[in-house]
Amino acid sequence: MLILLCTPPCHGVNRVNSKRPVNLDITTIKLPLPAYTSILHRISGVVLFIALGFLLYGLEQSLASRESFDALKSLLTSPLAKFITWAILSALIYHFIAGVKHLLMDVDVGDGKESGTLGAIVTLVLSISLISLAGFWVW
Amino acid sequence: MVTNVTNFSRSGLYDWVLQRLTAVVLGAYSVFLLGYLVMNPSLQFDQWAQLFEETWVRIFTLLALISILAHAWVGIWTITTDYLNEHTFGSKSVLVRFPLQILCFAALISYVIWGVQILWGL
Repeated sequence: MLILLCTPPCHGVNRVNSKRPVNLDITTIKLPLPAYTSILHRISGVVLFIALGFLLYGLEQSLASRESFDALKSLLTSPLAKFITWAILSALIYHFIAGVKHLLMDVDVGDGKESGTLGAIVTLVLSISLISLAGFWVW
Repeated sequence: MVTNVTNFSRSGLYDWVLQRLTAVVLGAYSVFLLGYLVMNPSLQFDQWAQLFEETWVRIFTLLALISILAHAWVGIWTITTDYLNEHTFGSKSVLVRFPLQILCFAALISYVIWGVQILWGL
């Protein structure tokens, strides 16, 4: 969100006050914690976009027949399948929690400088807890 | 400058509202399905197939897939216009961005069609 809000207006500012030095190279800027949780929200979204193919394949196999259901069940016992399941769950959990935070910020909850950082910390702590729980559930 | 022709509803405000409404649908569906799986650890085929025989489950699932189409499109559009723009690729950035957007949109449409096929076995 930070980048979304910042990039286009900053370009404008750059043109209007052309004599002022403006650093727009985001890789050289020390970002606040909410920026990292926002970027993670985007990354987890892209992961889920790709994961949907796996999830639909799973749904298809689980509903096609009793045999394919059982085959899927035994496939999901392999370590690689468990890891992929856990990775997808992690992306879903993070995207969900960061999304709820986003909706709260839309109604002006936790969008201040201090409360934003607190929100980011809560998002991370909640996500890590639930992602760990999901790990126990999968294995 | 990144123009608006590829955003979902041709309006940032509608996109904004759509992304949030669909987020609520997707959140509810995720809680429903994950909750069901957590509460039924030794799930068997009959019970699972029966669940997806229910009309409301099929509708809820299709609604979730359509929500993903809109939600992910707004997200993909936001990310591609933020990072794959002229700042990164110069004046010809649209040649990178547009094909990728088309590819993502095709994938999302395919997901919805695939979902219909799975749910109703067409």
